[in-house]
Amino acid sequence: MSNVNNRFKKDLDKFITEFDDDLIICRCEEVTKGEIRRAVHDGMYTLTEIRRYLRSGMGLCQGQTCQILVKGIVAKELGISPMDLEPVISRSPTRPIEMKVLGNEGKEAL
Amino acid sequence: MSHYADVIVIGGGIIGNSTAYYLAKKGCSVLVLEKSDHMGNGGSGRNGGGVRQSGRDKRELPLAMYGVKNLWPALSDELETDVEYYQEGNLRLGKTDEHIKILECLTNDAASLGLDVRMIEGIQAKEICPYLSEEVIGASWCPTDGHANPMLATLGYYRKARQLGARFVTGEEVIEIKKIKGKARQVVTSENCYETETIILAAGYDSRKIAATVGINVPMLQSLLEVLVTEAQPPMFYQMLGTAAADFYGHQSTHGSFVFGGSSGFEGVNKNNGTPVTNSITASCICRGIMKYLPCLGDAKIVRTWAGWIDDCVDHVPVISRVEEVPGLILACGFSGHGFGISPTVGTLLSQMAVGEETVLDITDFRYDRFKAKI
Repeated sequence: MSNVNNRFKKDLDKFITEFDDDLIICRCEEVTKGEIRRAVHDGMYTLTEIRRYLRSGMGLCQGQTCQILVKGIVAKELGISPMDLEPVISRSPTRPIEMKVLGNEGKEAL
Repeated sequence: MSHYADVIVIGGGIIGNSTAYYLAKKGCSVLVLEKSDHMGNGGSGRNGGGVRQSGRDKRELPLAMYGVKNLWPALSDELETDVEYYQEGNLRLGKTDEHIKILECLTNDAASLGLDVRMIEGIQAKEICPYLSEEVIGASWCPTDGHANPMLATLGYYRKARQLGARFVTGEEVIEIKKIKGKARQVVTSENCYETETIILAAGYDSRKIAATVGINVPMLQSLLEVLVTEAQPPMFYQMLGTAAADFYGHQSTHGSFVFGGSSGFEGVNKNNGTPVTNSITASCICRGIMKYLPCLGDAKIVRTWAGWIDDCVDHVPVISRVEEVPGLILACGFSGHGFGISPTVGTLLSQMAVGEETVLDITDFRYDRFKAKI
């Protein structure tokens, strides 16, 4: 059983504020480093849980900018290697697309 | 870590997490086992967030009404997590006379059971939600319905249960329930064996194969639904929307994005590779459906789509039941795509069943042995 899988309230040290907790990590959704660290202490141990809990990586760029930073922060907080954290799943569409364009499926204008 | 708990919950969705919370609050030791690496990774993290009473089966309606009256309004305070609950009503829209007939039928059923739901004209619907298209000729209106954020509600229950001492293990797939001296007693996973007095099986569709290890069959199938989300829009309206034709359903979230669910009609014959994946034709189909009712959203950009599985019971109503042949086992599965709205009620009921209290509502209609052959 890995450290990430056992959610038994335990080995995480007490949450201590850091000087750069106000730093914005996810620009699209304005999620700060402190919020990400706090979420780990709330029991969110995977990147998928973090993004469902905080919306980091759920904005217009879909985490293309911040995902690696979030991963580093979560890994450090859990005391594990970033390699041990699975990346989140990328979702279609690759780029944001207007409803009227997606709904049209490449046909003539509606 | 101890491999014993008073109650073991199989499944870390919103049913499992809410049950764990209400049990931990009663002072029970609880262990939740979740197959995937993430809490709430099945339907709980993927649904459209409806907290509806209207449009429900009459057996399920009391559960929905109890939750809306007693649990949802204070849930954010109780969990110290904003679950983004809005109680701004539900509009179920119709565009044809055929639609209106369907809506009248649903409305009469629910109203006869004491729910405040009524038919309104297209013009009244547009007073409630001015963004609706001219095509809408009527709607059913239930002012006490609403919606919430399913991911925050699930993780909020998880967070609070964990604070109260409930234990959670992810990546722990249950292989088998074992009886000892005629009583369900052990939960065997791929790597461990846990012991308990009471097992609550709330693992969505996977509950079927786990229940089968003690000889119990729950008649349900998996069915796929897809959801899409737009970029944030200015605040427009907070009613939950649905349609008589089931084109789509959805709402605007606190964040500003619109969340819409729907289907293409090919779900029953989709390829199934073991993961719920979106089909390339479905999001386009949902968009066409939405724009007929809400043309102003045509320029809103879709940023993400996803799919999830429903554990669809043969009569579309869940099984929430003790099992006579297997003392110590409680089933909570087959929620058929409308489990989220009733999850606080169901968690409350399951916690009462697990500690031997009388349940606050009658649950006879949800028995596991209600399924009879047609002749």
